[in-house]
Amino acid sequence: MTVYTLYIFDRNGTCLYYTEWNRKKQPGMSKDEEFKLMYGMIHSIKSFVHRIAPTDLRDGFSNFRTSRYKLNFYETPSGMKFIMTTDLTVGNIRDILHQIYSNIFVEYVVRNPQCELGQPITSELFQTKLDEFIRGLSIFPTRIS
Amino acid sequence: MGIFSVFIINKAGGLIFQYDHYSQRPEVEKTFSFPIELVLKQQDEKLVVAFGERDGIKVGYTLMGVNGIPVEGRFLQNDGTDAMEIINSPHNYPINLKFGRTKLTTNEKIMLASMFHSLFAIGSQLSPEPHSSGIEVLETDGFKLHCYQTMTGIKFIALTDPRQGGVDALLRKMYEVFSDFALKNPFYSVDMPVRCDLFDTNLQQVIEACEKQSIGNV
Repeated sequence: MTVYTLYIFDRNGTCLYYTEWNRKKQPGMSKDEEFKLMYGMIHSIKSFVHRIAPTDLRDGFSNFRTSRYKLNFYETPSGMKFIMTTDLTVGNIRDILHQIYSNIFVEYVVRNPQCELGQPITSELFQTKLDEFIRGLSIFPTRIS
Repeated sequence: MGIFSVFIINKAGGLIFQYDHYSQRPEVEKTFSFPIELVLKQQDEKLVVAFGERDGIKVGYTLMGVNGIPVEGRFLQNDGTDAMEIINSPHNYPINLKFGRTKLTTNEKIMLASMFHSLFAIGSQLSPEPHSSGIEVLETDGFKLHCYQTMTGIKFIALTDPRQGGVDALLRKMYEVFSDFALKNPFYSVDMPVRCDLFDTNLQQVIEACEKQSIGNV
């Protein structure tokens, strides 16, 4: 069970935070382009799902799987988007993403008077707490690969 | 009903076949007094609820009828008056409005198929692991979208209930039926829309068999 990367976007599409733990393949484009492509893809998937849905949806798109990885998505009512790519063995981690939002993002970024909303997060405290939280999760590998 | 619909997309991203197995779309009819709290917006020639969900009328529902008269796009069917004008003038109230999710038009389906074709490719491009395929399963809380891409680039897509099992086998069976009744049909050209009766009948049988089987398993 592995976590590969985590992206945090705000409602305007700015990538506020990106981190990787076990990423093996770079997408072959600059980080800025990758963030724009990721945000664009997520925005398109949300719109696609809303239009093609045969029944009413409560939460909308939650995750997708390919042959190698799983992309998990969680959006808050304020438009903050948390995207975590993991391997295929993880189950539903919507709760984990929600915890990242409420216990780490809100505590260490929103409540930090020095952190400007809408700007990429530079707070080291946030980075440490987030890293600690992720490494403590059961889905993160405990052995050093 | 486990399986909602199936789509087949050719290697260029064009929709070549579509079948709705179960499409009961919700409809809500309600009487309103002025002013209505729903915000209606024009989207693709339809009037769609953009804000102000209430009483079972959700965002995304289309205006389907005013006082029992069906609405086509923005105008009433019988005399062509603008529905927005009727809704905005207080002397027409109390007014009976019908909202619902309309069936997708063929154009919309073609557009959504090409959209998925691109998203499938981007899913593979953004992979953190090498040699990833495109999107195979896309999950939401209301439905699951399964996609099987063949070696020749054709995608078989099924929209199902989230609890439905055996969809991988269904997609492969669909490929078999496609090979037998469409590809082997001398009047069918590859990458063109599929118009073969035998394909339609056999596909329906395969879908029904898959649904029955999963009901037995659950």
